[in-house]
Amino acid sequence: MAGVSIRNVFKSFNAVKVIQGISMDVQDGEFVVMVGPSGCGKSTLLRMVAGLETITSGEIAIGDRVVNDLEPKDRDIAMVFQNYALYPHMSVYGNMAYGLRIQGRSKADIDKRVQRAAEILELTKFLARRPRELSGGQRQRVAMGRAIVREPKVFLFDEPLSNLDAKLRVQMRSELQALHQRLGTTTLYVTHDQVEAMTLAHRMMVMNAGKSEQIGAPLEVYGKPATTFVAAFIGSPPMNLIPGRIAEAGKMLAGDGSGSVRLPEARPALEGRSVLLGVRPEHLETCEAGAALLSPDIDFIELLGSDSLVYGHIGADKTGARVAARLHTSVVAKAGHLPLRFAAPHMHLFDRESGKRIEA
Amino acid sequence: MIERRPVLDVISHAVLIGGALVIAFPLYVAFVASTHSLEDVMRMPMPLLPGGRFLENYTQVLFAGTTTGSRAAVWDMLINSTVMALAVPVGKITISILSSFAIVYFRFPLRNFFFWMIFVTLMLPVEVRIIPTFKVMADLGLLNTYAGLTLPLIASATATFLFRQFFMTIPDELAEAARMDGAGPVRFFWDVVIPLSKTTMAALFVIQFIYGWNQYLWPLLITSDESMYTVVIGIKRMIVGGDAANEWQLVMATAILAMLPPALVVLLMQKWFVKGLVETEK
Repeated sequence: MAGVSIRNVFKSFNAVKVIQGISMDVQDGEFVVMVGPSGCGKSTLLRMVAGLETITSGEIAIGDRVVNDLEPKDRDIAMVFQNYALYPHMSVYGNMAYGLRIQGRSKADIDKRVQRAAEILELTKFLARRPRELSGGQRQRVAMGRAIVREPKVFLFDEPLSNLDAKLRVQMRSELQALHQRLGTTTLYVTHDQVEAMTLAHRMMVMNAGKSEQIGAPLEVYGKPATTFVAAFIGSPPMNLIPGRIAEAGKMLAGDGSGSVRLPEARPALEGRSVLLGVRPEHLETCEAGAALLSPDIDFIELLGSDSLVYGHIGADKTGARVAARLHTSVVAKAGHLPLRFAAPHMHLFDRESGKRIEA
Repeated sequence: MIERRPVLDVISHAVLIGGALVIAFPLYVAFVASTHSLEDVMRMPMPLLPGGRFLENYTQVLFAGTTTGSRAAVWDMLINSTVMALAVPVGKITISILSSFAIVYFRFPLRNFFFWMIFVTLMLPVEVRIIPTFKVMADLGLLNTYAGLTLPLIASATATFLFRQFFMTIPDELAEAARMDGAGPVRFFWDVVIPLSKTTMAALFVIQFIYGWNQYLWPLLITSDESMYTVVIGIKRMIVGGDAANEWQLVMATAILAMLPPALVVLLMQKWFVKGLVETEK
């Protein structure tokens, strides 16, 4: 087994810069998820690790071997594709054995490996079947089996669960987790689904427009988003971002054109600076009008059961900053002002220009 | 049709049966004529029930030919036709599958240009380029040879195009998965592309077999030696002069014999043929 080093990697297709300088060190045995909206370059990055795309500049190393110029088969990796990419004319057994056969392994060795993988993935009953006779989840497992039998240094997953229905996705997610625990193989995993990223990753890389916005453990990324992009991308519903200027010796956020928000903690050093105040909907709570830090006017409410999502705005009219709050259904009023507060550790401030986080 | 309308059923069956008769009747007449003596065939009206000279007539055309027109035995012609009808599809499929594999899976300079060059030849069937092609074949000394009969018909834009379209429906990930598995281009071609193309190949084989078998103009030009006649040409060569001078019963027997192999190929490969045109197994 081995880690993966991505060192200042760039990728352009003609004039289009798809990856603009990404670096990351993946430790041996680590499960790293690359997450981002579609078109952010996460799949391209994975395909560069796989050797399916060339590297415009920079270096990718698997273990201590730079693999820039190695063919995929020589990189000691295995990849699982979103649409499974099983060979339709081969049986499940044939699909899993194909790569081993090309490697020229003995029949007994191939059989041993395939049987073992089939056992792990509970595919033993289906070995003689063709892929089209399997369900989506089973096909996905065969694709994983094809990766497992090769006992690679690194697993690469390209949105492996996107083609499954919601229920199966949850089930396969935990199976993936169990599989990783059992095999301990270094894994790079691409998804656009933040829930998958949060639940599976040891560390995740949030990507946007070919750049890495933040690399960190899921809770770190959730708790201290490095940029407004990360703040808005991770978490559902997304974090409220209220624009304004720090005023009154750092105690107020004076909204421009909209209402203002009191800060739970003074930041005198920032007085006069244009910022975005970030606070997650789930960290807002109702309070007495006198203790309120902000009091949005309620626009509409979504009932989710025990919780409700309350959408409102602060300021004179609906052009003011939008605010969403996740509140217990029992405390939600139907309309009017909603006095809200939040604790100091849940306050995030971002620079208005660069979108970067401002540390206290 | 979903509705049950007895009147419509009757009408549609009547149209079907009528159509079938219109197609089948000339075939039947040809068969009947091939079982009579020349005198019976020439008599007015011609008998509409099979006569008693089936074996005689067929044995004569198969092994001796006509007495007034071409003397070549139809058996030899059938062999020539079979060689041609097999060589054309086999050659076409081999060349087209390789060229479309190159065009779809490899990036090389002027790739699209070459594809369009191939595609443009669709506008130039044998008939259009027949004089220069004949000249080339004559200069190469290929008159009256199997190579001369088949080579000009083998290059095929249609088949290349069909395979290209089929390959483009194979997901890219399959090629990538094969690459990850360590399969080089040739391996991928043998282990994945060819098995997936089986039904397409079968459909093309049927179409091209019939195309090769039914070639008329080209074999007419390229063969002057009776031993190289194909059966379609043979029919033409049996008809020499005026109406009365021809042994129509033998001509008809030859026509029936010429019709059988393509019909057999279609019948035997029908399942594959339909599959190849309809099914996409991916």
